[in-house]
Amino acid sequence: MQKNAIFQSKLLPFVLVAPQLAIVLIFFYWPAIQAVIQSFLLQDAFGLSTSFVWFDNYADLLGQPDYFQAILRTFGFSFAIAFSSLSIALLLAVMADKPLRGVTLYRTLLIWPYAVAPPVVGVLWIFMLHPSLGVISRYLRAMGIDWNPLLDGDQAALQIILAAAWKQISYNFLFFLAGLQSIPKSVLEAAAIDGARPMRRFWTVTFPLLSPTIFFLLVINIVYAFFETFGIIDTMTRGGPGKSTETLVYKVYTDGLLGGNLGSSAAQSVVLMVIVIVLTAIQFRFVERKVTY
Amino acid sequence: MVEQEGIRRYVAHAILWIGIAVVAFPVYLAFVASTQDNAVIANGQMSLLPGGHFLSTYYQTIFVGTSGSTREPVATMLLNSLIMALLIAVGKIAISIISAYAVVYFRFPFRMAIFWLIFITLMLPVEVRIYPTYKIVADLHMLDSYAGLALPLIASATATLLFRQFFMTVPDELLEASRIDGAGPLRFFWDTLLPLSRTNMAALFVILFILGWNQYLWPLLITTRDDMQTIQIGIRKMITTTDALTEWPVVMATAVLAMLPPVFVVVVMQRLFVKGLVETEK
Repeated sequence: MQKNAIFQSKLLPFVLVAPQLAIVLIFFYWPAIQAVIQSFLLQDAFGLSTSFVWFDNYADLLGQPDYFQAILRTFGFSFAIAFSSLSIALLLAVMADKPLRGVTLYRTLLIWPYAVAPPVVGVLWIFMLHPSLGVISRYLRAMGIDWNPLLDGDQAALQIILAAAWKQISYNFLFFLAGLQSIPKSVLEAAAIDGARPMRRFWTVTFPLLSPTIFFLLVINIVYAFFETFGIIDTMTRGGPGKSTETLVYKVYTDGLLGGNLGSSAAQSVVLMVIVIVLTAIQFRFVERKVTY
Repeated sequence: MVEQEGIRRYVAHAILWIGIAVVAFPVYLAFVASTQDNAVIANGQMSLLPGGHFLSTYYQTIFVGTSGSTREPVATMLLNSLIMALLIAVGKIAISIISAYAVVYFRFPFRMAIFWLIFITLMLPVEVRIYPTYKIVADLHMLDSYAGLALPLIASATATLLFRQFFMTVPDELLEASRIDGAGPLRFFWDTLLPLSRTNMAALFVILFILGWNQYLWPLLITTRDDMQTIQIGIRKMITTTDALTEWPVVMATAVLAMLPPVFVVVVMQRLFVKGLVETEK
């Protein structure tokens, strides 16, 4: 944690940590604590008096079918996005890990979508899947599929998942490639000498050795789906049709815009915080285990 | 056996090219849309080849803006995004490197408590505390300002942890040596530690610049004036709820312009980008 060789000074270290500490206290702890306090308070309709109501706001929130639906939907989106983009990225990474000519070019051409912002991803995919503007929609209709994500909630959800998974491929690809390259070649050669065919080598040797990377990416992808899909949803569907693409973060945003119940909005924030803290804790525990292993 | 290897290689090439095509197609489509006539696009008759409106659309987008919803030229938005991204990247690196230096090279009261206070911020992105943060920024009169755009996004520990990690690997002999040369703590930081940290700073800068440039929810809330909009917000405001009024070529040209700087950074500084990405996520 600390060096043996250090400087002696009473004041200087405090001066050095002061800027970051100030910013963290003002823009992180203060609002986070405000959210927690407010989530236990109830304001009357005129904002004149507030009373302490223990967990009433949480009980109300979790009692709303809308909110419960949004939780399920968010996790559903997360797993669908994680699963589809992880499998495509793994396939591409395994191919790019082979000693092929032009492999560095392939890598460059596959990683750049990382830099595309979520709202831009949404706009790009409007031109793929919008019922009247979309290029793919034309073919879907020619094939006799009644494609209209502006009216059909399931189709709207599907297009958000496709767009978000598309964006996430490059990130996963990069980490899979790094993971594959860190697998010692000798292990694979040993398996080959034992007569294992390539497919078998992949499932019995490569895949298990890659499992730390897969788990790490799974958690990261779920967190990504929680927060970064906001931009995609906001440009593509704005939560609709109905509430079919309203995730937890999107709900916090729209409920806040409407104003109204401060306590309930704060409770929503706290629920989000708890979910993220749990996910991060899982990841940290896992990373530690990987270190000892 | 050898023949089979050859076939496998062709299959690998083919799969990679399909992957590249899937990844690139939506972006190609955006470019094509930005060069065509709005009426044709709105009819759903868009061609898959570039049209003839490239110069006029991009001129209008950059210097004039759309004729309806937002009249702000995209040049202003690009400038706002650039300032915000630079403030976030430079600000975060600056405050993080000095606080990491204090935590690693000094012993002082509450050292661990302060470290943990900073460390915990790693867990919660701004989205989960969005409205309380909004209220504080409003109370500080920082709505529609660059400080308000950047400061809440600087409040996070990733860079501090990265520098701490790196400082721990710097050999103690360097400090002993510069102490023998009569250098104090600030001298050692400036002359020895900063030059050693250059690659780390550059890698971090690349990642933070992209993250800053792509911010969306926070700028959406705190910018109300058109001339403070970042480009990501500009795009969304150009899409009107009634599709018929949206000027799609301008929207798509803006999307292309919004992608150019971060994609350029990733492609040109690929080694730093990969290093930064892998190290900040650990």
